[in-house]
Amino acid sequence: MAERLIQLTPRDFETDQEVRWCPGCGDYAILKSVRKVLAEVGTDPDSVVFVSGIGCAARFPYYVETYGIHSIHGRAPSLATGIKLANPDLDVWVVGGDGDFLAIGGNHVLHALRRNVDINLLLFNNAIYGLTKGQSSPASLPGTRSPSTPGGSFDAPVNATALALAAGGGFVARTADTLQDHLPEVLLRAHAHRGAAMVEILQNCIVYNDNAFGDLARKKNRAEATVIVRHGEPMVFGAAADKGLVYEAERGTFRVTAEPSEASLHDETNPALAAALARVDDPSLPKPLGIFYCVERADYTTALERHLPYRPLTREALKDVLHEGSWTA
Amino acid sequence: MPPFRAIPVTEHRLRSMTGRAEPGPRTVVRFAGDSGDGIQLLGGEFSKAVALEHHDLLTLPDFPAEIRAPAGSTFGVSAFQIQFGGDGVLTPGDEADVLFAFNPAALKTNLHTLKPGGLIVAGEGAFTDRNLKRAGYAENPLEDGSLTGFRLIRIDMTRLSAEAVASTGVGKKQAGRAKNFWALGLCFWLFGGRREPAIDWISRKFAAAPDVVASNVAALNAGHAYGETMELDAGDAALGARGELHHGLFRTITGTDAMGLGLAAVAALSGLKITYCSYPITPASALLHFLASLKGQGIVTFQAEDEIAAATAALGASYAGGLGVTTSSGPGIALKSETLSLAVAAELPLLAIDVQRAGPSTGMPTKPEQADLNLALYGRHGEAPLPVLAPATPSECFDIVIEAARIATDHMTPVMILSDAYIANAAEPWELPEVDALPPIAPTFRTDPEGFEPFARDPDTLARPWAKPGTPGLAHRVGGIERASGSGEISYDPENHQRMTDLRAEKVARVALDGLDHDIDSGADRGDLLVLGWGSTYGAIEEAVSRMNRNGLAVGHLHLRQLAPLPPNLGAILARFSRVAVAELNKGQLVRLIRSEFLVDARSVTQVNGLPFRVSDLEAALRDCLDGSQGRPGHGLRTVTGSAGKTA
Ligand SMILES: Cc1ncc(C[n+]2csc(CCOP(=O)(O)OP(=O)(O)O)c2C)c(N)n1
Ligand code: SF4
Ligand SMILES: [Mg+2]
Repeated sequence: MAERLIQLTPRDFETDQEVRWCPGCGDYAILKSVRKVLAEVGTDPDSVVFVSGIGCAARFPYYVETYGIHSIHGRAPSLATGIKLANPDLDVWVVGGDGDFLAIGGNHVLHALRRNVDINLLLFNNAIYGLTKGQSSPASLPGTRSPSTPGGSFDAPVNATALALAAGGGFVARTADTLQDHLPEVLLRAHAHRGAAMVEILQNCIVYNDNAFGDLARKKNRAEATVIVRHGEPMVFGAAADKGLVYEAERGTFRVTAEPSEASLHDETNPALAAALARVDDPSLPKPLGIFYCVERADYTTALERHLPYRPLTREALKDVLHEGSWTA
Repeated sequence: MPPFRAIPVTEHRLRSMTGRAEPGPRTVVRFAGDSGDGIQLLGGEFSKAVALEHHDLLTLPDFPAEIRAPAGSTFGVSAFQIQFGGDGVLTPGDEADVLFAFNPAALKTNLHTLKPGGLIVAGEGAFTDRNLKRAGYAENPLEDGSLTGFRLIRIDMTRLSAEAVASTGVGKKQAGRAKNFWALGLCFWLFGGRREPAIDWISRKFAAAPDVVASNVAALNAGHAYGETMELDAGDAALGARGELHHGLFRTITGTDAMGLGLAAVAALSGLKITYCSYPITPASALLHFLASLKGQGIVTFQAEDEIAAATAALGASYAGGLGVTTSSGPGIALKSETLSLAVAAELPLLAIDVQRAGPSTGMPTKPEQADLNLALYGRHGEAPLPVLAPATPSECFDIVIEAARIATDHMTPVMILSDAYIANAAEPWELPEVDALPPIAPTFRTDPEGFEPFARDPDTLARPWAKPGTPGLAHRVGGIERASGSGEISYDPENHQRMTDLRAEKVARVALDGLDHDIDSGADRGDLLVLGWGSTYGAIEEAVSRMNRNGLAVGHLHLRQLAPLPPNLGAILARFSRVAVAELNKGQLVRLIRSEFLVDARSVTQVNGLPFRVSDLEAALRDCLDGSQGRPGHGLRTVTGSAGKTA
């Protein structure tokens, strides 16, 4: 790629397409962060591809001035895998909603993570089917009233980060649309990670599932309702950073301490801690956000190259292939 | 031969029978035994020996559905049939002249394939009480007189081969495994052929285990010596004088091999990174195995988590500037349907290969059928036309896949290829093409940002530009939402949708204008009856028509290699005949298309029993079509006319 001499700005990643999300949709904030991150990493926009399935979230590629393909519901991770197979040098981002990634496409997310394909998976989790007008999704909290669950949903939701860890994801993080500092911070790390990176972004659907994440979205309560974990730092939270989480490793649980110095340190290389953070759903505990787990292992196309190095087939080499087992009559 | 575009390159390899001389003597041998008896290896090695005598041949394995069925069970029987002799062998033969039955179950399940008076070579050592019972025989058929209508040679191959290898000092297990080599040796005596190449092959194949080489060679020689000592003879079934295959460089290939080699050729001719994405399914997986064995030469193979992922990964690869190829059989092709529609919408090249098998659902996975034609032609949502090609013979798979890649990249469209379990597994000698003479496939990637529009079109082909990610200045978005003609931007404009739908249809229709006229394959080029076929029925139709021609009947054979769009001159050819019959292994899928496209009262000759047509059945059914009678008993095929009973 040609070297860029000019510093890119988020504006360079705007397309001439009119953004068609509902006013107040959390997707706008995510778009803003992504454009900011793209400008900051400074990769050549011509080597970036955004891939998506179907859903409100999946309209994303139309709004980023890079290459993009808006494909079919649930299949974006496999399409992205094919892109990497053909050209491992491309910088591939996959965007999808909770229906896209956890329902119809759950299998492909599982395998993209397991294979460790070097892509960034951005899951816009609004815990609802936005585009199809508000049915409950596999991420909806029990009791979600929707056109398809008028009496409230009753099936247990999927925990995306726990699932990603179980699938062998080497980079698993959770953040939220409203966290305009934290979101880009996580995206930058996801981009820098070689291998599959899963970022669950809690996203507000103002029309069909407003306030699904409760206090998390409200600025004034956020500090109490969440804990942002960072590698090597104590897991403290609260408006005055006056509380901490203590990790009870034996049972994989946490307790709150009023003594921040007692708080455990986060270690993003500890899979047990990552799993415990992902699984927290006790309302008396703050919701963990941040990079739960980050450990590098060989990514898929690199491993493939090592095992079965691709080389173009010349006509001469084709002759050898054809002639194998031949005889002269 | 039809002047099918790929054919000029390899024309010399396709056997046509326009001469209509009485064919020379042919022999059909069928080997049947337990899965553990090494029947396929025996058949394969015997085929090579036959080919080395310059005889033409066609072979068809008949695998058991079960992986490791209990020894001696009828459902664990593995069989292999070969027809050989002279030139122009087009089918594995209707019935066997010689049947090797390695055990009672093999005899039980294969006797019906032997012609009256045929020769049975029975491995009597395996006709134990236990095996007889397993096969459902109350009495030993070798002794109860039930085989009087056949010639019977009883040989205890198990004991004889064990004795032969005893001196080589191998263990009991290996000794038991040498039986098929013993039988191969006997075949050399019975049918002729040279042992040396087989011995060379054994020495190379088992080079790592000298005792195995020694025991297999000892068994081979002992089988031959046994035939000589006992003065066994196969009568007319023996290989005659040298066959008629002309001088040249040959190899024996199955349709699977040919398809794989064709894809390798596409890699070399186009320079594109072939990205082969598949999910295991019988009988399509063999192609994945073949390509994986090339270890990255020109082709990356990807075993996806399911058929949908395989199709979308392949499409992703094409989007990124490789050539995506995805393969499956019916159930998996059904899963790929949504992706194929996306490929039509996004106008990206993609090859989708359907190795058809008997359905619906799991059906009979190892058996051929041509019942996915409608799926290929129509099995997508929305108006989603795409070209559909079908090879007629195993070796034609090589040409077809090259042709498909050329169409896909020239026209920016997904292309489907319909093969089937018969074509995939049948083997025949194939004369290697002159690699240097193969024309390049030259895809053009858009690089110039000046005036770039992702959905602008080539005025001739209507293809849109292929602009791969990574190209400076061409960043753009494509997707499934209707795209504005030209700019490719999201468009819900009614006129634009009509225009784009029409353009996509016209683009595919123009593939037909690309010199793809067909012509009569053989026989009369005008007259009383045109027999139309497609896919793996080529050999059977060809032989049936040839027999009718030798009886002076004005019958022609036209075999479609391109089912969508249909060849532009097809209507004109149909009009040269007073009747048209369409023979296919389904309930009449092509015939409906022919009737509706051309308003001809085409008759339908069908069979859906998981087997290829028998030439004799087909001939009888075609004769019915010729004289207007319907469903005469005897041949077992369905012959159905349309309404009027006569061709317009
Ligand atoms: C094969 C298929 N099934 C169903 C749909 C309809 N559909 C479109 S988007 C969607 C769900 C969207 O929910 P989500 O993925 O959470 O995205 P959101 O709109 O909430 O961002 C569904 C069911 C489709 N487009 N394709
Ligand atoms: S429906 Fe919900 S998710 Fe979709 S655009 Fe509107 S607010 Fe956003
Ligand atoms: Mg959603």
